[in-house]
Amino acid sequence: MKKLLLMVVALLMFAVPAFAGVALNGAGATFPYPLYSKWFYSYEKETGVKINYQSIGSGGGIAQVKAGTVDFGASDAPLKGEDLRAAGLFQFPMVAGVVAVVYNLPGVANGLKLSSQNMASIYLGRIKKWSDPAIAKDNPGVKLPDMPVIVAHRSDGSGTTNIFTWYLSDVSADWKARVGSGTAVDWPAGIGGKGNEGVAGIVRQTRGAIGYVELAYAKQNKIPYAMVGNRDGNFVNPSDDTCKAAAANAFIPDDFYVKFTNSSGENSYPIAGFTFLIVHKNIKDHAKGEAFMKFIDWAYKNGDKDASSLDYVPLPDKLKKKVKAALAREVSY
Amino acid sequence: MAAASILLVAALVVYELVSRSSPTFDAFGFAFLAGRRWDPVSEVYGALPFIWGTFYTSVLALLLALPVSLGVAVFLTELAPRWLKGPIGFLIELLAAIPSLVYGLWGLFVLAPIMQATVQPFLAKYDYLPFFTGYPLGLGIMTASVIVAIMIIPTISSISRDVMYTVPETQREGGLALGMTRWEVVSKVVIPYSRSGILGSVILGFGRALGETMAVTMVIGNTPKISLSLFEPGYTISSVLANEFAEAVGKLHVSALIELGLILFVISIIMNSMAKLLLWRMNRYSAGTRL
Repeated sequence: MKKLLLMVVALLMFAVPAFAGVALNGAGATFPYPLYSKWFYSYEKETGVKINYQSIGSGGGIAQVKAGTVDFGASDAPLKGEDLRAAGLFQFPMVAGVVAVVYNLPGVANGLKLSSQNMASIYLGRIKKWSDPAIAKDNPGVKLPDMPVIVAHRSDGSGTTNIFTWYLSDVSADWKARVGSGTAVDWPAGIGGKGNEGVAGIVRQTRGAIGYVELAYAKQNKIPYAMVGNRDGNFVNPSDDTCKAAAANAFIPDDFYVKFTNSSGENSYPIAGFTFLIVHKNIKDHAKGEAFMKFIDWAYKNGDKDASSLDYVPLPDKLKKKVKAALAREVSY
Repeated sequence: MAAASILLVAALVVYELVSRSSPTFDAFGFAFLAGRRWDPVSEVYGALPFIWGTFYTSVLALLLALPVSLGVAVFLTELAPRWLKGPIGFLIELLAAIPSLVYGLWGLFVLAPIMQATVQPFLAKYDYLPFFTGYPLGLGIMTASVIVAIMIIPTISSISRDVMYTVPETQREGGLALGMTRWEVVSKVVIPYSRSGILGSVILGFGRALGETMAVTMVIGNTPKISLSLFEPGYTISSVLANEFAEAVGKLHVSALIELGLILFVISIIMNSMAKLLLWRMNRYSAGTRL
């Protein structure tokens, strides 16, 4: 028996080096996790390089990459310039996500028009009934029920919240002063659901509810979503094209702290944002650094199809070029 | 050595909780316990809504679960025919085996709509009582308490049942011989005799209710609010930890959450100590004076 055990152990020890190659470890945001896991799986099938990813949340990802326990971190909210410099990190956008505003109003189908002001008033708790004249003004011909507005928001820290509160801070000075933006905020009104699933669940089950979720959740669960008034005054549907229109006009600073909520442009959707990857500027392990750069090349070249199929929005080509140039310039390995 | 290792782990847990919550302790001191705002953006934190939510839901759950559990225990020990005892006992224990998340999903998709559509509007008629004010949402303290009550019924009832089994037949027969009805035997002989065991099961149930996380998070509405109304949403310590810990950036945020964990730990210790004290006093009195 002991001999058999010894033989098995010896065999295993010989087997492992045969599969040894570079492996990368990453951790962070939950929002892009479905896309990243698909990409890493396809990449491993193609090249044999294994990339592990733990979706522990943006905060965890940032902390782990700072501590050096993972090779790259993922965050839905970008780090500010001084944080990046202090920790010697480099961040860049990977893919964009669109936030849809979903609602549950008996008798009202898809496409309720909500202006930015109304959105802010609803989330500040100021508009209390759906039949409020402010909402009726934008929706002539729609029979709005006289129900109380039940606001739903995220209870957990989330990149979706970050994008949504950026948007509200942009369109309402009141919101910016009272609440501000971040992955978790002190909501003036409403109830919290855990995860996109939680908010989608609340909205689906509760008549008169309004909430914000990633577009994928709205589409897959077939929950009606609103047309949101953009900066130019048009009511726009959340989609791939309207997100790309918004991103096209965004100002991209060198440290990639990009925010394109409430972007100008007649077809821009105002509630969308990027999700980012973070690496050290000086990657100590040369093999890992090389493997990482190759993966980014691959993802930028071949990852768009997967991204679109999962309802994420790939980066515009101009931005990809800028990122690759910056990576080559700033990150050494 | 096993006992020593358990003590060591407990000591390590306490040490970690205390040391990692020191940033918020330095920032807020004991005012943290009375603070009502929880604002990660301006980094102002207060624990009161969570302490309230934890206690309120647990106490309500206990009030709902206790009569049902005692009823189940009494039924199984005194009244049920022998062929029924096994299956019902088994089904009750099965309730305990259902994962917390499944309870949460059931609460979110089945119980909350029923609450919103029928139970809460019915109770809203009594809105002169502070417990039934507000708009019936379905989600909130009431649904959370009901689900936690269902989850602690197996705990309380199975331990109570075991304790009631140990009541000697002589006691029961003595009561019957004195002319008591069956109900009087149960209420005046069996239950007082098993008092300390039942109290032990209540404490265990209460402890489980205090710490229940996933089921509560999904139905309680996750809003740091202090209100007596059962229709309002609330927030418990374990829910906020489950929700915010993964993405918490900012040292003060993380340490505020850890301090909440420390508070929950201290609450559990206080509850258990109170229970031990109560048991000790009860046994002291009843030692010479059975019935």
